[in-house]
Amino acid sequence: MTAAAALGRRTPGRAESAGRRPRRAESVTGWAFVTPAAVIIGAFGAAPIVWSLVISFTNENELSSTSTRFTGLRNYRAMIHDPIVTQAIEHTLVYTALFVPGVMLVGLFLAVAMNRKLRFMWVYRTAAYATMAISTISEALVFIWLFDPSYGIVNYFFSLIGIPQQQFLNSPSEALYVIVTMTIWGWSGFAVVIYLAALQGIPQDLIEAAAIDGAGRWTTFRRITLPLLSPASLFLAVWLTINALQLFDEVYLSTMGGPLNATTVLVYYLWEQAFQFFKYGYASAIAYMLFIVILVVTAIQFRAGRRFTYYRS
Amino acid sequence: MTAAPATAVGGARAGGTGLARPTMAGPRRRLPFSPWHLVLIPATVVLLFPFIWLIITSIETPAEALRFPPDLTPHVIRLQNYPDAFAAEPFGRFFLNSTIVAITTVICNLVLCAAAGYAFARLRFLGRTALFVVMMATLMVPFQVTMIPQFLITKWVGVHLLAGAGIGHIGALIVPNAATAFGVFFLRQFFRTLPIEYEEAARVDGANRLAVLWRVVLPLSAPALATLAALTFLDSWNNFLWPLIVINSTSAMTLPLGLATFQGAHSTEWTLLMAGNVMSLAPMMIVFLIAQRYFVRSVAATGLTGT
Repeated sequence: MTAAAALGRRTPGRAESAGRRPRRAESVTGWAFVTPAAVIIGAFGAAPIVWSLVISFTNENELSSTSTRFTGLRNYRAMIHDPIVTQAIEHTLVYTALFVPGVMLVGLFLAVAMNRKLRFMWVYRTAAYATMAISTISEALVFIWLFDPSYGIVNYFFSLIGIPQQQFLNSPSEALYVIVTMTIWGWSGFAVVIYLAALQGIPQDLIEAAAIDGAGRWTTFRRITLPLLSPASLFLAVWLTINALQLFDEVYLSTMGGPLNATTVLVYYLWEQAFQFFKYGYASAIAYMLFIVILVVTAIQFRAGRRFTYYRS
Repeated sequence: MTAAPATAVGGARAGGTGLARPTMAGPRRRLPFSPWHLVLIPATVVLLFPFIWLIITSIETPAEALRFPPDLTPHVIRLQNYPDAFAAEPFGRFFLNSTIVAITTVICNLVLCAAAGYAFARLRFLGRTALFVVMMATLMVPFQVTMIPQFLITKWVGVHLLAGAGIGHIGALIVPNAATAFGVFFLRQFFRTLPIEYEEAARVDGANRLAVLWRVVLPLSAPALATLAALTFLDSWNNFLWPLIVINSTSAMTLPLGLATFQGAHSTEWTLLMAGNVMSLAPMMIVFLIAQRYFVRSVAATGLTGT
């Protein structure tokens, strides 16, 4: 990016050819350049959007011997009456409601603490960033061990402060919270990077001006820093929510949706229906519902975000 | 940021925020180090603890791991867990598969997305806008919504087009991700910020579009290409759900899938599992630590494009 900035900026592209009809030679070149990517994205990105909608109106099933036919809204009706779908939505929303603010608060706190020149700062920052390099599966595997009911170290720490032994991932009332904990840890590095980048973009003169005007540290943070961070906060809220609604890996590895469906989230149920029971039709209906949930939640966030997001430029 | 005088570095004065703290803090509160260390050290311990405990368990004896209360330091260092884990599952194979898949995916993405991104940025061709809109629409749809048809298409491709890209082969992990709408969009945005004069000069000198892209545009785009490469690599390396669906044999598994399988087979042998876990996360951790600056900048870039 710096190279571009150094060379000076212009808005090109349009200037070159505005208002002209595409020339034939340029069309041929253009298509030659675009086609390979377009084929991949078309086949594995665009076509499946329509296809999965079509499948959701059929009884397509890998295992059944009857041929596939259209069944109208039957999958969608079945979904509404499926108690596990209701539970899965509930778990997904509870998870999201805890995970997203959790990561944002941890990330904000760490980023503010790390946004200064101190000795050993690189150690602190590297420790936070390192969580980004660990895969969801590695992360889940470590946390299953940390939270092991019989031999886990967390129960040992609990015993030191007088908390009785917990069942954690084996307990229907605790399992989801353990998954919240492990994923907050896993995403904290990401949030730190985003917030640190935003913090470093805040001009120091604003902060200093506030200090000269007699604003205390907390007031400056609340009135100056936080509003200036709001675009980053909105981005994080949206990004983390989209990822939270798609939670799968940690659930697959640590609980398989159990115990007693306590951690069955939407994507897990969708995967189970599609690739354990091979009910493609029904699973596609769930997939589309997930899509609509994500669209609605994201739209709400952007709308709410516009209210309190402050853009400097 | 003004450089704080050496005497004021300690105490309540913290350099980074540049808050000009009046001298009222007084000598009473002055510590020999910044109080932020008192916040950062515990936070770092919490962040690092899972890693530390992972490594400690991986060199314990099985009996020691299954002791409660646990010993915080192992009495015997048992490195044998590593060869044992290596013998139990072919981690070398998983590593090789992950590496092949990630590197091939990165190269394909750089080539295909650069070509498409350049065309969208600079060339006028029939259907450009429509095609671009369709591509961008796929960005809004989460993978889970399309994974069933993707699976069926991959199956079809394997049977009718290219066996190596079908179900059960690592090609199935590469081909569907060989180009992404994000990559096309990202590079198009970047190419549009480049000054067009160089390209025009090259055209005047008789260079064709491919030469312009290769000789003029791409050399100017190193930061953007590096960002896309880092993000694609991370995504590919850590992907789990898609390999879980399309890979069914141990020989074609990537590290996350191999590790999950390993966990399923040895669910109570914690020392073995943690040794396997260390082996599967170490390569990425090393790459990450070496190229930390690039990865961090790349991740920060997603935030900037998102806002």
